[in-house]
Amino acid sequence: MIEVKNLTKRYGNHEAVKNASFTINDGEVVGFLGPNGAGKSTTMNILTGYLSATSGTAKINGYDILENPIEAKRHIGYLPEQPPLYLDMTVEEYLDFVYYLKNTSLPKRPHLAEICQLVKIENVKKRLIRNLSKGYRQRVGIAQALIGNPDVLILDEPTVGLDPMQIIEIRNLITQLGRNHTVILSSHILSEIQAVCERIMIINQGYIIADGTAAELSETLSEDYTVVAQIIGPPREVKEALEGVKGVKNIKVMGLFGKATEYHIEPEMGVDIRRGIFERVVAKKWTLIDLTTRKMTLEDIFLKMTEESPERLNRIFEARKNGEEIPEFDEEGNEITKDDEIDSVEEIDEIIENKETTAEAEMPQELEDTLQFENEKVVVDLSDIESVEDEKTEESEVTE
Amino acid sequence: MFTIFKREFRAYFTSPIGASILMMFYFFSGLLFGVIFASGVSELSEMFSTLFIIVMAIIPILTMRLFSEEKRQKTDQLLYTAPIRLSSVALGKFLAASAVYAIALAILVVYQIIIAFFVSPDWMVFFGNFLGILLYGCSLIAIGMFVSSLTESQVVAAIITFAIELVLLLVELITQFINSDWLTKIVTEISIYEKYNSFTRGTLDYSNIVFFISVIAIFVFLTIRVQDRKRYA
Repeated sequence: MIEVKNLTKRYGNHEAVKNASFTINDGEVVGFLGPNGAGKSTTMNILTGYLSATSGTAKINGYDILENPIEAKRHIGYLPEQPPLYLDMTVEEYLDFVYYLKNTSLPKRPHLAEICQLVKIENVKKRLIRNLSKGYRQRVGIAQALIGNPDVLILDEPTVGLDPMQIIEIRNLITQLGRNHTVILSSHILSEIQAVCERIMIINQGYIIADGTAAELSETLSEDYTVVAQIIGPPREVKEALEGVKGVKNIKVMGLFGKATEYHIEPEMGVDIRRGIFERVVAKKWTLIDLTTRKMTLEDIFLKMTEESPERLNRIFEARKNGEEIPEFDEEGNEITKDDEIDSVEEIDEIIENKETTAEAEMPQELEDTLQFENEKVVVDLSDIESVEDEKTEESEVTE
Repeated sequence: MFTIFKREFRAYFTSPIGASILMMFYFFSGLLFGVIFASGVSELSEMFSTLFIIVMAIIPILTMRLFSEEKRQKTDQLLYTAPIRLSSVALGKFLAASAVYAIALAILVVYQIIIAFFVSPDWMVFFGNFLGILLYGCSLIAIGMFVSSLTESQVVAAIITFAIELVLLLVELITQFINSDWLTKIVTEISIYEKYNSFTRGTLDYSNIVFFISVIAIFVFLTIRVQDRKRYA
């Protein structure tokens, strides 16, 4: 079991990890997810005792990594971002060295043989590590972490720089190891974490901004499934008409996109309302120009979370902690409040009227001419392409 | 500690560093011995007083990679996350470098035996000298190891170690320009070269032995502190 409380790590003025607290139970496979420089490696380095935290505590199986480092380290197998290999040793010599370094009581020969078999490095045992490919080096790194059979495995970006085949192999290996170890794994690739881990912690700019299973994250952080429709037609009537479609729970009028109005339509659970909307719009002779469904995938959540600025993250973080609704932000980073939503149909009618009048007034005659002219030109081009081509070549000759 | 020692000692001989250090030492000490032998001097004391220059040249090469290479290859992450004490890392490395140095010095015993074929030498004087150069070298190794723990670059480590050695040597010369008595006394007291010379003169002063051992202890301790501090960086 790993218990982390209020962990903070400061490098000069820069806080790499900010007040992180979490608990990881025995047998869990946890993924640290975050972009490069988010604080994943720093957190791992603190957990393994390579770095010391500025404040806060980390306990491995009840042993504090600072107060009782030797006992705590005995329970950890660590694969850093760059496998800590001595290039001038053979694989066998290296594993021997690590075996003695970790001072384990397990019988040496069978223990090392078992590990070599597990990570499939038996055939390179006699080779110098210097001459091994990246995939094999990574495996030797994992083998090293497994020596002494520690309960907790901490693997920092174990698949970086490997080819797709190797990635799959390493993932399978991690899944296999997850059956009888507690595994913490870090990556900036979402699909990888999703493939291997039961629990995901999203870390960005030193904050743990989300923690839960993939399903939980999707549920708590994404908006519900919505249908987004852009319809050209009188908003009031459209809204009323769409409310009559079977399965529609709620409609929000969002705003104008060109001549069309955008509606966010929330369906009842498990109902596909797109067909109904389409048929209704056609029956009323309005124009449907866009109809899409929107559901946030984990990828969206990850992108959304990691693009947030620290202040906004802090706000989200606070809200999560206090059990409030997670705030949303517009493109300029201002918090979206309820007032910003257009909820009365009258309001949108007004906007449309304003827009139409201004649009008509401001559309200059010249622009309309050019538009028409361009249309004509297209027709000419299509009917008489060859002559145009000839003209073009002549022109270019002249310029030359 | 023994694990670290073994790995470190072996690393000297899997890379060309160990071999080239031994070759360098054997070649120059051999040259020196040849000259002394040909001029008919029957004891090695004279040789020892010149030998310290060769020692000065090989120590930075011996110590430069001890910590800086670990840091560069990130293998320090293995050492500092393993269930061992920081002190055993530093001690293991120090002993490994000292062992290679001792192997280099072993050739001196061979020279002494060659001399023993012709005249009966004063073995006590020889052992005094030998102990002197061993302690002198080990002190420099401790200093070099400390410097190596401060930087990631082997070259920088070697250059700084050599510079420190030069300062310790030249500190003697500075005393001539200092008028104040107590300052002169302090400077002479920290002069490693002066301490070493007293060995080559054939006097075995226990305070000098204590001095060298203290230097070793201080710099091994400082190396351990540097490792510990680095975690808070």
